[in-house]
Amino acid sequence: MNDVFAVSAAPHIKQKISISSVMWQVVLALTPALLVGIFFFGIQSLLLTLYAVVAAVSTEALIQRFRKVPITVSDGSAVVTGILVAFNLNTSSPWWLPVVGAVFAIAIGKQIFGGLGFNIFNPALLGRAFLVASWPTLTTAGWKPTNPMSSIFQSSINGLSNLPSNVPAVITSATPLGVVKALRDTTQISRDMANTVMDNLASMNTLNELFLGNIGGVLGEVSAAALLIGAAFLAWKHIIEWRIPVSYIGTVFILIYVFGGINGIFSASILLPVFHILSGGLILGAFFMATDMVTSPVTKKGRLIFGMGCGILTVVIRLIGGYPEGVSYSILLMNITVPLIDRYTTPKAFGEVKR
Amino acid sequence: MGLKTFSGGIHPHDNKVYSKDKKIEILPIPQKIVIPLSQHIGSPSKPIVQVGDEVLAGQKIADAGGFVSIPMHSSISGKVTKLAKFNHPTGITVQGIEITGDGEDKWVELSDDTNYMDLPANEMKDRISKAGICGMGGAGFPTHVKLSPPEGKTIDTIILNGVECEPYLTADYRIMLEQTEDIISGLKILMKVVDAKNGVVGIEANKPDAIKIFKNLLKTEKNIKVVGLHLKYPQGAEKQLIYASTKRKVPSKGGLPMDVKVVVQNVGTAIAVYEAVRYNKPLVERVITVSGKIVKDPKNIKARIGTYYSDLLEFCGGTTEEIGKVISGGPMMGFAIPSLDTPMTKGSSGLLLFNKKEAHKKQEDVCLHCGRCVDICPMNLVPSLIAHHVRNNDWDSAEKFGVMDCIKCGSCAYVCPSHIKLIQWIDIGKIKVSESRQK
Repeated sequence: MNDVFAVSAAPHIKQKISISSVMWQVVLALTPALLVGIFFFGIQSLLLTLYAVVAAVSTEALIQRFRKVPITVSDGSAVVTGILVAFNLNTSSPWWLPVVGAVFAIAIGKQIFGGLGFNIFNPALLGRAFLVASWPTLTTAGWKPTNPMSSIFQSSINGLSNLPSNVPAVITSATPLGVVKALRDTTQISRDMANTVMDNLASMNTLNELFLGNIGGVLGEVSAAALLIGAAFLAWKHIIEWRIPVSYIGTVFILIYVFGGINGIFSASILLPVFHILSGGLILGAFFMATDMVTSPVTKKGRLIFGMGCGILTVVIRLIGGYPEGVSYSILLMNITVPLIDRYTTPKAFGEVKR
Repeated sequence: MGLKTFSGGIHPHDNKVYSKDKKIEILPIPQKIVIPLSQHIGSPSKPIVQVGDEVLAGQKIADAGGFVSIPMHSSISGKVTKLAKFNHPTGITVQGIEITGDGEDKWVELSDDTNYMDLPANEMKDRISKAGICGMGGAGFPTHVKLSPPEGKTIDTIILNGVECEPYLTADYRIMLEQTEDIISGLKILMKVVDAKNGVVGIEANKPDAIKIFKNLLKTEKNIKVVGLHLKYPQGAEKQLIYASTKRKVPSKGGLPMDVKVVVQNVGTAIAVYEAVRYNKPLVERVITVSGKIVKDPKNIKARIGTYYSDLLEFCGGTTEEIGKVISGGPMMGFAIPSLDTPMTKGSSGLLLFNKKEAHKKQEDVCLHCGRCVDICPMNLVPSLIAHHVRNNDWDSAEKFGVMDCIKCGSCAYVCPSHIKLIQWIDIGKIKVSESRQK
């Protein structure tokens, strides 16, 4: 009886979960959206995604080799970053755009801080912000509507006479949110007319198409339904938690409903907030980017505040800022506040008495 | 059934299937036992025998080392053969008394007060204290101390802990089925000792037959209720059990159950209390679960305190595979011990054997800040943050973020995707903080 058995601190059983199982499940959850992207935009979607993934993974491996730390690319976190970078591009992008975005995301967004777990910003979003700032025309212009999309927008202006001749062109070539922005800012048509177009846009018909993805858009944001399937899977696996997406989307809903109308507060139809939620990157952002474990708060109350902050900033950018879309900047800005939020939302211990 | 619970917690596989339908078997008297002098929280007991002394089963061999301490009794008859340091189920070595049996199992004289319920409360408490009873759920707090609230504090409820939320363990489950009446008698004694009006038996939902049998027997008792509890770990943790069954919160920062007028006792302790008061019988035996995938014949065994774990395993036919890890207690809070050459104590609820694969240790990865530990912490702490402060030797911050409130249930480490040894870090923090408090 001289055996010496392994000793270690309790607990002696462990849930079957690891960083790599988490990350690969996120990859799996992003697959439906990728498939929809391939369906609508063709094989180019897959190629752009592959370029970004390969660039992200090799950048991570190279830098880790250079830093003389263990190479951890098999954990899947760089793969997730690569996919998310590609998801923010439109399919007419040149091949080097996802590559540059992914390299920047991994090198400057992640490894420079010390790698996974230490980065302040969501790497993929930082990569996107870099691309948008450097090649604004490539990343936002050239947005390619699918045909049914044009017809939806066309139908939103059917029956309206006296439209200045350039308005239909604006409407059919801009992103849905771009149209909304243009309608809010335009002085070329009357408020009433803008309002009618807006109402037509935010109709059940359009919302359906937005939900299914039968519209133009960047690669990964195209179908809210496909993204939600993935998000539901992650929620079921307890990899994302309800607080951030719900408070984010809920805040956007309320604020758009109150302030989103063209004729002052409470002038929006109840469908307008839904339109805002389904278009642009909000679904992708709220479920897959704001919930990034490393760059979101750990406390429960903190996650609610973080989601609300993202929602407020998104609405502010969309309604009064210079961009039609505000998801990525709002999440990046809120990333900065995470340590502060965590610090001031430490929960009271069970049984702690108020002091 | 209206199950009750607390917030937070985890759902590990309960693995009770190995032993839950095995009736309690009595282990033949072992040849040699060791009675460690620290089987409880408090000062060690003081030996009153010397090598060569003849002792009977049930004979006192060590005095309590103070008020927060208990006396020890020999669990077999034989001769004292060694006073030395022996392995202890918590993985350390502790002073103990070795007794070599004479194979006859001669006992000290026991009495039988059939009217034991008429005894005055003081006399009851005295018998409990003399019987050397400490909590048998694992922590081992001396029972008579729990039953002695300081001046000005009153107890209105005794809660019996029949939750047994640790995976694998089924000893409490078996005694609840096989010794139900003894447990109820013990509960009534405990209620009388502290003059508590209410009694509660808390049982987890995975033991419906135990809930049923208690409900049947307590049908006519208006002031004792059986509370069914959600299947969730750590439902049996004292503060969580009190909250689930009474909605009272034990104050943090060192609060005790008696601060909310409650005393919690394990169901096994209730049997020991009953036997002590009625028969003047000291605590010299208990039921322990021997289990694990690799155990040939997992069992619930009634064995004498001080029995070597090796004897228990032998009684179960040994293992089918090479042993990778030996755990004293449950898999969530139990201790991994280096050797089976270790005696069981009054708090030994289980002996688990894992194979090499189950014992495999994973490397710690970096914290992802995923917050899973925060989501499930039953004490509403931020375990990752506490561990972070301990790692940075920042004891003040660790204390500020509640390291002392941690009940070490292990749920955080269970769910951590980065395999961070949160409990180990928190344990270091607890030690460092109490050291700095003493200064």
